[in-house]
Amino acid sequence: MNALSSDTSDHVQTYFGNGFNWLHTLRNAWIITRREVRDSFRDWRIVVPIFLLTLFFPTLANFTSRVFINYFDKQGADGKEFIEAFLPLMPMLVGFFPVSISLVIALETFVGEKERRSLEPLLSTPLTNTELYLGKVFAAMIPPLVAAYLGVGIYIGQMILGSQQWRPDFSLVVLIAVLTTVQALVMVTGAVVVSSQTTSTRAANLLASAIILPMSILVMGESILMIQPHQRYVLWYVAGGLLIVTTLLVRTGAGIFNREELLGRSIDEINLRWAWRIFWEQLTGITREERRAAKAAGRPIRPNPIRYYRRTVFPSIRKLRGASLCLLVAMILSFAGGWALSEKWQLPLENKDNNQILDDMRDIWETAQKDPRWVTLAVTQNMRVLFVATLLGAFSFGVASILLVILPFGILGYLMGNVTAAGISPLPFIVAIIPHGIFEIPAIIIAGAAALRLGSVATKPPQNMTVGEAWLRAFADVVKIGFAVVLPLLMIAGIFEVHVTPKAVEWALTL
Amino acid sequence: MIETEGLTKFFGDFEAVHNVNLSVPPGTVLAILGPNGAGKTTTIRMLTSILAPTSGWAKVAGYDVVKDAARVRASVGVLTEQHGLYERMRGLEYLDFFGRIYHLPPNVRQARAEQLMIRFGLGDAFGKRVGEYSKGMKQKLALVRSLLHDPPVLLLDEPTSAMDPQSAKLVRDAIIELRQDKRTIILTTHNLTEAEALADNIGVIRRGRIVAYGDMASLATRFVGPPLMELKTSQPLNGLAKDLAPLVKVVENGENWLRYEASNPAEINPQVLRRVLGLGIDVITLSQLTQTLEDVYLQIVEEDEGQEKQSHERAVQ
Repeated sequence: MNALSSDTSDHVQTYFGNGFNWLHTLRNAWIITRREVRDSFRDWRIVVPIFLLTLFFPTLANFTSRVFINYFDKQGADGKEFIEAFLPLMPMLVGFFPVSISLVIALETFVGEKERRSLEPLLSTPLTNTELYLGKVFAAMIPPLVAAYLGVGIYIGQMILGSQQWRPDFSLVVLIAVLTTVQALVMVTGAVVVSSQTTSTRAANLLASAIILPMSILVMGESILMIQPHQRYVLWYVAGGLLIVTTLLVRTGAGIFNREELLGRSIDEINLRWAWRIFWEQLTGITREERRAAKAAGRPIRPNPIRYYRRTVFPSIRKLRGASLCLLVAMILSFAGGWALSEKWQLPLENKDNNQILDDMRDIWETAQKDPRWVTLAVTQNMRVLFVATLLGAFSFGVASILLVILPFGILGYLMGNVTAAGISPLPFIVAIIPHGIFEIPAIIIAGAAALRLGSVATKPPQNMTVGEAWLRAFADVVKIGFAVVLPLLMIAGIFEVHVTPKAVEWALTL
Repeated sequence: MIETEGLTKFFGDFEAVHNVNLSVPPGTVLAILGPNGAGKTTTIRMLTSILAPTSGWAKVAGYDVVKDAARVRASVGVLTEQHGLYERMRGLEYLDFFGRIYHLPPNVRQARAEQLMIRFGLGDAFGKRVGEYSKGMKQKLALVRSLLHDPPVLLLDEPTSAMDPQSAKLVRDAIIELRQDKRTIILTTHNLTEAEALADNIGVIRRGRIVAYGDMASLATRFVGPPLMELKTSQPLNGLAKDLAPLVKVVENGENWLRYEASNPAEINPQVLRRVLGLGIDVITLSQLTQTLEDVYLQIVEEDEGQEKQSHERAVQ
C-alpha cells in the first residue's frame, strides 16, 4: 500500500450500511454545522456584533429600564402599573437584536459559499440535500441564538440582582425564548429562500430587506402586545403562526436547496424568452418540439377546443385534486366554525312574515331580471374576489387564498346558525344558494385550488423542475383554468343567480 | 468504470451537453479536451451526480448517477474546476472535515491526510491556514481532498493548473500510479502535452458534443493522416521520389531528403530502405516525425468549425 491507496474504501462502502435514519442525517448535518460555527467564530465581523449585543446591549437595556423605573416610580400607582407593562418588552428586544445576526450568517453561509465556489466540493460528497440544508440552517442559527439567550439571561439576571428586584414570570421567560427562537427560524429559513435566488452576497443583502422589513414590523406589533399584559397571550398565537411560516419556508428552502438549483443558476438574470415559452407551452399544452415537428411534417397544429379541453384543461384540473380537497375541508370547517360562533354571539333576528319579505324583494328581483348588467355584476364580483385571492395566494404560499375563499362560508355558517337558532325555516336560505351555487361553488373550489397550488408550488416544486419553472407552469394553469373553466361556470352561475334563484326563493317563501 | 450513453443536459433552452457516449474501464485515463464552455465541467458534474442528465444515462463505479446518486458521490473523488477551499481552516483541519463527511474513522483520516499531504509536498503546511497557501499548494490540497477516501473513480478538472513544473510532475506521477492501481480516471485539461502523456484515450468536446474520441494513434491517423517518415541521405535522391511512388505516398522532398506517409511503418520502412540502399545511396537517418496532440486537436477543431460553417450556411439558405 502506498500513500495514494489505502483500505479506506471499505469505510465508504459501509457509509450506507444502516439505510436512512434521522440520527444518521442529524449526525451528518452536525459535521457541517460544527465547521460553519467554528468558521463564524473566526470571523471578527460576526464575533464583534454578537459580543456587543450579548454583553453590552443587555447592560444598556438594563440602564434604560432603571431610568424608566425611576421616572415612573415618581408617578405613584399609575407609574407602577406602567412599569409592570413596560419591563417585559426589554428582554424581548434584547433577544431580537442578536437573532437578527442570524440573517447575516445565513446569507454568508449560503450565498457566500456559492460566491467563493466552495460549495461544489461539498456538493460532490455523499451528503444528502437535507443534511446539507439542515447543517447550514443550524450553523446560521446556533451562534445568534446562544447570544440571544445569553443576552436575555444577562438582562434578567441584572434585573433580579440589581436594585429593581424585578422577577419575571416563568411563563414570560418561556414566551420570550420561544418568540426569539421562532423569529430566528423564520429569518434563517427565509434567508435560504432569498439566497437561492441570487449568486452574490451583494444581491442577497439587497433582497434581505424582504425579510428584515416584515420582521421589524412584526417586532413592533409584538411590542404593542407585550406592553399590554391582558393581550400578551396573543403572542403565543404569533409564535404559532411564525412556526407555520417556518414550516412553509423550510419546505421551500429544502426544495430549493438541491444540487441542480445551486449549480444550475450561474447568473442573476431574468430570461423572459424562456419564461414566455414555458408559460405558453403550459397554457396551450403544445410543446415547442411538437409544434416544430408538426410544421416540418406540413401539418401545423390548428386550434381545436375539444382537443384543448381533453389534452390540456382536464389534466390541469386533475392536478388540483389535493388542493381542492384541502379547500373543501377548509370550507366545511369554516362553515362549522361560523355556525359554532352563532351560538356564542347571536343576532337579534325576528321571524318576519314571508309575504312581507317577498314584497320587499320582488321589486329588486324584477329590476335585476330586466337589466342584463346584473348578470355581469354577479360575474365580475366573483371574478374580482377570486383574482384577489389568487394574487394574495401567490405571495403567501396559498394561505391568503384559502382564507379569502373560505371566509364567505364562515359567514354563511354564522347566518344559518342564527336563522336555525331563531326558529326560522332555513329552506329559503338554502334555496337562495343552491340554484346558482351548483355552478358557483365548484368554480370557487377550482379557482381557489388553483390559487392555492400557485402559492404552494414554490414550497415543493415537482422533481426535475426549478421553482421558477414550477411557478410559471402553475401560473399558466391558473390562467388556463380561469378562462376555460371558472369564467364559463361563473357566467352560468350569474345567469342563474339573477333569473332562477329569485324564483326558487319565491317558491320557498310561499310554501 | 464509467459508462455513459446519450448523456444530454439542457439548461433551459441551452443544450450544454449533447449525446455523450463514453466508456472508461478501470485502469485507464480519459482526457477530455475542449475550449472553455464546451461542456467539460457539465459532463463532470453529471458524472458526479451533482447535475441530473436531461436524457441518457451514466453509470459510475457501477452505480446509476440518477438512481444511486449518493453512492456515486461516495465512489468518486472530484477535483473541481475551482478548488473551493475554506481559507480560514488549517490544512489538516480541512481534510479532517472531509474525512468526517466520508465517515473515515479518526485514526484513519488523520493518518491518510498526513500521508497524502506529505506525498504531495505539503508536509510543512499541516497547521498553516489554507488562505496562506500558494495557488499551487491550494490545488494540491484540493487534489488530496479528492483522494482522501480512496475512491475507485477520479474526476479531475484541470489537475495541474496553477502548479509549478515540479508540482505538476508530482501530480502527473500520482495519476500514473493511480492508473496502475486500476482507478478509473477522467481528466479535463488545456495542457495537450499532459493529456498526451497521461491519457489512454482522448475525447474532444465542442459545443457540448464529443467530436472526436479514441487513442492518440487512431485520432492522429484519422485527423492528420498516417505516420509521417523522414528519410535523410548523404547523396542526392535524383528521381527516387518517383521510384517510391508505387510503394509510399511521398508528401515532400528535397535534394537529399524526403518525407512519406507510412500507414504501416513496420512493413513499409524495410522495403523503402532496401530500395534506397539498393541504389547505393547511404542513409543517414530514417525517423518518424512526431504528430503531436496539438496537431491533432487543431485539425479536429478546424474540421469541426468547417462543418459548423457549412451547416450554418445551409440553415441560412
